[in-house]
Amino acid sequence: MKKSAPVSAVLISALDVQRAFGAVRAVDGLTLEVRSGEIYGLVGPDGAGKTTSMRLFAGALLPDSGAMQICGFDLASDVESARSTLGYLSQRFSLYEDLTVLENIRFFAEVRGLPSAEWLPRCLEILEFVGLDEFVHRRAGQLSGGMKQKLGLATALVTRPRVLLLDEPTTGVDPVTRQDFWQLLIRLVAVSSNREADRVAVLISTPYMDEASRCHRIGFMDGGRLIAEGTPGALRARLSGRVLELRGAPLSLLRSTAHQNADVEDVQAFGDHLHLRVRERTGARVVKQLRPRIERAGGKVDALQPIPALLEDVFISLTGSPHA
Amino acid sequence: MLEIVIHAKDLTRRFGDFLAVDHVNFEVHAGEVVGYLGPNGSGKTTTIRMLLGLLQPSEGHATVLGFDAFTQSEQVRLRSGYMSQKFALYDDLTVQENLSFYAGVYGVHEDRRLRQTIDRVGLSGHESAMAQALAAGWRQRLALAIALVHQPRLLFLDEPTSGVDPTARRAFWDLIYELAEDGVTVLVTTHYMDEAEYCERVGIMRDGRLLAMDSPERLKADVIPGNVWEVSAEPLERALAALQAAEGVVRVGLAGDHLRTITSGGMRKPALQAALRSADVHVTGLERGSPTLEDVFLALAR
Repeated sequence: MKKSAPVSAVLISALDVQRAFGAVRAVDGLTLEVRSGEIYGLVGPDGAGKTTSMRLFAGALLPDSGAMQICGFDLASDVESARSTLGYLSQRFSLYEDLTVLENIRFFAEVRGLPSAEWLPRCLEILEFVGLDEFVHRRAGQLSGGMKQKLGLATALVTRPRVLLLDEPTTGVDPVTRQDFWQLLIRLVAVSSNREADRVAVLISTPYMDEASRCHRIGFMDGGRLIAEGTPGALRARLSGRVLELRGAPLSLLRSTAHQNADVEDVQAFGDHLHLRVRERTGARVVKQLRPRIERAGGKVDALQPIPALLEDVFISLTGSPHA
Repeated sequence: MLEIVIHAKDLTRRFGDFLAVDHVNFEVHAGEVVGYLGPNGSGKTTTIRMLLGLLQPSEGHATVLGFDAFTQSEQVRLRSGYMSQKFALYDDLTVQENLSFYAGVYGVHEDRRLRQTIDRVGLSGHESAMAQALAAGWRQRLALAIALVHQPRLLFLDEPTSGVDPTARRAFWDLIYELAEDGVTVLVTTHYMDEAEYCERVGIMRDGRLLAMDSPERLKADVIPGNVWEVSAEPLERALAALQAAEGVVRVGLAGDHLRTITSGGMRKPALQAALRSADVHVTGLERGSPTLEDVFLALAR
């Protein structure tokens, strides 16, 4: 008894967006769409253009060219309407430390023009959702890092946005907090997904490749450009059969022998074993060649086999080998 | 018997009421690459500062390269290199000038040594580039060169790869392994769970406490005794509730469009399927996954 999912709408869109700071093309031809019910991850290193993209989507920065829409509202011609539908949590988000949890939310709600008859019941619901309902009267300065982050999310949610923009909300935070945060986010998108009019779209940026696998779709950013896009599974499948695990001894011999093989593009040490990335359709050949070569040189091979690629392997294969 | 290069015994540091490092015990052997993994504020940097003799322990002590880390810190610092999170380069000096300045501080003046060091970190050909013009990955190599120029036997790297792209990060780890092959011992801190996988052994820090230290594989085997499963099912919420209630499920969490669950060793696939079916959940996929260091961290922290 599979229910057909309601038709999803494009809630976030960018078409060929450019934004430069002086000579630096911070965002260079960004085109993307995020639909309701979707968590889309912008993934890339510092300086890739993630934060600039977020600020453009939040209407805090104007693009040099290109078009952007939030919930169908054009960010250039109708930024007020667009803003009224979005929640934005910036990297350097700050709370009022000497105000209580409730007072902080009240402040952000009233700044957004919500009357108390509207925000009060909603905010109690949101505080319960993020797990802060027992701390409504605690001062923000007295909250743990994880609780502050949840309060930040709560203030972004109080206007009941359909679009949530989260700029590196988990950088440097405790993995326990990070796990809780993601559970909230995924539940927010999943729970709201029964009525199309309530469905939320989330755009989140992160420098963590491993964290990105929790998104429905990922866009890899590098040098201001979106260099690849897809589900985590589809992106990993791009390197299917091209990452080999090599175990044996001595490690230095394994490394140098692997580097000498023309089909091996990259060698990475992982403690007591190596990962090799090989050229397309050469996996079987490398396995066949490498083992005898290592053994002839006096080494020992315990295992040499294909393993699933990491998202990081995919990103690196797209941005160039460190040995190039 | 391997030489012990770092020995921390009940190492503790308080700042007022705040316990930054709480009775930490560990050993690092010669030639090892050991990671120190933890979120911001977990006590990683404070530990390193005590090992370098920059901070006095409130309790306990540390021996580094056979010297007392605090009372003989000059001996330690002569023989160890330190690359800090916020390494300082002179932006208006060239690569060569930065290196020769810091080399001079250590009494190193031979041109040959400077050239070797530049070569070692892969900066040959960039000697006359201004530091400010270097990309993050190259700045990081220059900072490493500065930490290496006096040929230390022990290297402390405090979050060396923060803010550099994954390609530069991997190239940097290649360098670390080349150094280790030459017998240099490396202690490196990181808050990237996936980066810690590169280390031979990893210590896991949280709230000032060292929760465990072992090879990534043994940590996973010891801390996550069961299996990891990736479960695709509809509806997801009901599947989540069913697994949370099922006997043998250690942990279950939402992972984007599916569930990720850890079961105890005894729980097999049919039992998992039965638990989901009895809750009227339609299972569209059920595959074995592999544990990560994040799983280990979460299991140790809860």
